[in-house]
Amino acid sequence: MGDHHHGPAKGIGRWLFTTNHKDIGTMYLWFSFAMFILGGAFAMIIRAELFQPGMQLVEPAFFNQMTTLHGLVMVFGAIMPSFVGLANWMIPMMIGAPDMALPRMNNWSFWILPPTFLMLASTLFMEGGAPAFGWTFYAPLSTTYAPPSVTLFIFSVHVLGLSSIMGSINIIATVMNMRAPGMTYMKMPLFVWTWLITAFLLVAVMPVLAGAVTMMLMDIHFGTSFFSAAGGGDPVLFQHIFWFFGHPEVYIIILPAFGVVSQIIPAFSRKPLFGYDSMVYATASIAFLSFIVWAHHMYTVGMPVAGELFFMYATMLIAVPTGVKVFNWISTMWRGALTFETPMLFCIGFLILFTIGGFTGLMLSIAPADFQYHDSYFVVAHFHYVMVAGAVFSMTAAVYYWLPKWCGRMYNETMGKTHFWISFIGFNLTFFPQHFVGLAGMPRRIPDYALQFADFNMMSSIGAFIYGASQILFLYNVIATIVSGKPTSEEKVWDGAEGLEWTVPTPAPYHTFETPPRIDPAHAHS
Amino acid sequence: MCVEAKRLLRLALGPVLMLLSAVALAAGGEVNQVNMSPGVTEVGREIYNLHMLILWICVIIGVGVFGVMFYSIYAHRKSRGHEPATFHESTKVEIAWTVIPFFILIAMAFPATSTLLDIYDNDDADMDVVVTGYQWKWKYEYLNEAGENVSFFSNLRTSQSEIYNSEQKGEHYLLEVDEPLVLPADTKVRFLVTANDVIHSWWVPELAVKKDAIPGFINEAWTRTAQEGVYRGQCAELCGKDHGFMPIVVNVVSKEEYGEWLATKQAEAAQIKELMAQTFTMDELMERGKAVYDRNCLACHGAGGEGGVGTAIAGSAIATGELSGHLDIGVNGVPGTAMQAFGGQLNDVDMAAVITFQRNAFGNNMGDMIQPIDVFNFKKG
Repeated sequence: MGDHHHGPAKGIGRWLFTTNHKDIGTMYLWFSFAMFILGGAFAMIIRAELFQPGMQLVEPAFFNQMTTLHGLVMVFGAIMPSFVGLANWMIPMMIGAPDMALPRMNNWSFWILPPTFLMLASTLFMEGGAPAFGWTFYAPLSTTYAPPSVTLFIFSVHVLGLSSIMGSINIIATVMNMRAPGMTYMKMPLFVWTWLITAFLLVAVMPVLAGAVTMMLMDIHFGTSFFSAAGGGDPVLFQHIFWFFGHPEVYIIILPAFGVVSQIIPAFSRKPLFGYDSMVYATASIAFLSFIVWAHHMYTVGMPVAGELFFMYATMLIAVPTGVKVFNWISTMWRGALTFETPMLFCIGFLILFTIGGFTGLMLSIAPADFQYHDSYFVVAHFHYVMVAGAVFSMTAAVYYWLPKWCGRMYNETMGKTHFWISFIGFNLTFFPQHFVGLAGMPRRIPDYALQFADFNMMSSIGAFIYGASQILFLYNVIATIVSGKPTSEEKVWDGAEGLEWTVPTPAPYHTFETPPRIDPAHAHS
Repeated sequence: MCVEAKRLLRLALGPVLMLLSAVALAAGGEVNQVNMSPGVTEVGREIYNLHMLILWICVIIGVGVFGVMFYSIYAHRKSRGHEPATFHESTKVEIAWTVIPFFILIAMAFPATSTLLDIYDNDDADMDVVVTGYQWKWKYEYLNEAGENVSFFSNLRTSQSEIYNSEQKGEHYLLEVDEPLVLPADTKVRFLVTANDVIHSWWVPELAVKKDAIPGFINEAWTRTAQEGVYRGQCAELCGKDHGFMPIVVNVVSKEEYGEWLATKQAEAAQIKELMAQTFTMDELMERGKAVYDRNCLACHGAGGEGGVGTAIAGSAIATGELSGHLDIGVNGVPGTAMQAFGGQLNDVDMAAVITFQRNAFGNNMGDMIQPIDVFNFKKG
């Protein structure tokens, strides 16, 4: 290649054949936003049906399809790809690499996603309907008693797993091999660290999920009885395998979020991240613990008491490294010079709400109490505090934080802050009352409920519509920024921001760090 | 004025009420209940106390952590001219906030372990009840009681017209059954929980019992309460279309009353045995058959036999075809589909009645009928 810079190809070919990490990152981000809207639409149908007692809009069978697809689309279509997109954009720029280590595989791991979700969504129009067994698809409801569309669902899960594994291998290869000279591991930005650990989790557990769905496929079509007691199998085996994947999965979702917050809070506190080393160790501890706690999702399946105790103690331990992280973030803010631009607002929102989700997580870890919480709306409230206020808020913060660097234009701050406050209020109105109905005895995944739960459910639905509507403002703000935002060419868009990504021109050129930057050995991590 | 206005008012006052009542002990099943109910069992109270203990520990830690954060947000803002400090690590505080939470967790683990051991103490039960989950109803079977064995199904009693809003919803909407589980007070009852098709979960918050009902496995749980009353719960594990419509009602009565109830049920069971030898008229079978249909078939096959999850019965080839083929499907179900084998769920009288009903209702004017003895012989093969 000559020493001239060349830009992107023209037309649709640019996107179909691109191997550029920024293009692929952009596609991942747009795709995940589209899925966020789709999964959100499913959620709106759920909340509309639950607005009042009685069946009004949909039938119970369709309601179950909605809860199932909402979960699947949000987890596998919105949250995970959004962080992969962020990793694509930011990791090379944060470690001073020109691109991802395996750019062609990168293209492939993105492009298999849209057809997969098209296939998954198409099951809605199949005879027998879409999968209706919940995103946790417990056998035998998902095998012997499943609609025919389950086979397409299994195929989708396989392809999604393939995409995730390819994406993870790419991230591991990039971080291990392409750091700029002088960028030692303990100098990497925390976002890179959390993603490196996440990538290992993905490589470890996605094959387990693939194993689970393959066993389902065998049970359904080839006469095996892995999960059928009638044939000598064990329905609980399915849950063990699923949660051996599923528990690390929730950390796969939240660890990159931790990384984002660890970048943004120091920037708007104008003070380095407190306890960088302990943050790295805490992330690694959480990742390790995530492999030995899976059965806390199954306290009521009738495990022996020794098993219950083991999983309870191990789960309680997770509070320690998670607490360390929260304390470090707050110590980072302590005696800084704080400003409250939109990314910071979303990070503070994250901090408060994620911590509440952590508290309810600790409560859920207590096995005897979980006999009352399990499969109630308390659990629904808990994991939405972690998934939405944790992962989605931090992702939103990330978009506002890096958008000016990506497109060289500033977003509308007033609109951003408005988005935050509407989101914050809408979110809490939706999910806080769900703690109450859960504790009062409302089971999850029901299309209709007893009259004593009516008021809180109505509140929840109103909150959900508010939260949903606020995302339209977000979309508008992002598009308006890209099209006609106030141009900025400052390399360091935020005065407190640190890191290599802020040393390249704004907007970031198509190719960055074609020659590796020099990292000052004396300079602390960023 | 209304109910709507009152509801909106309650909605607006909701958050205030919550805070006020959050600390008070809430009895179960109350409107706008915000907290777990301590229920009516010792284990329930233990769980409740544990729940409140952890909740308060979390609240105290939360107040501390958020207090520091909000102080920082207030005092260390750039707009107040605060200059940033540069400190960024301290091994001492890192160790402190690793070790202190660890000890708090150990303190929580003690009561948690002891409560868990109590939950698992299934020994020395005074009586056993087998609880079997079906799509979408519960079956209760009393084991080892002297006399005739008692078992029955417990179905949702709320009408479709209430669910689909054409009728005013009753007080116990969705939490009422045709036949509740009756238990004696002051008795340690052991539940043997299993399922017939998919996984269900038997949950009665007031009794602090939740146990998954898993096909092919038998789980144990137990309860004991001194307090007579009606306790309501629901299936907690997604089990298909009507997961939200298979409630649990437990009627705890005095031992004497339980004895009387059991005797009545046993007499009924004996009566069914007698009935099985009888020959019924068409009208008798049709009347009984409609009741059986509404309880067992309607959810899938529709009120008018028009179908739904299940195939239509009105004009179906099965209901208007060979009687033996129709009976076969009723008794053995259709494997691999949602059509269950009802042979073990319905007694022979009810089976004969519902088959006859299906063949002569919804425009299927077959004019034939079947007697309990025919069902009995068919099952024998």
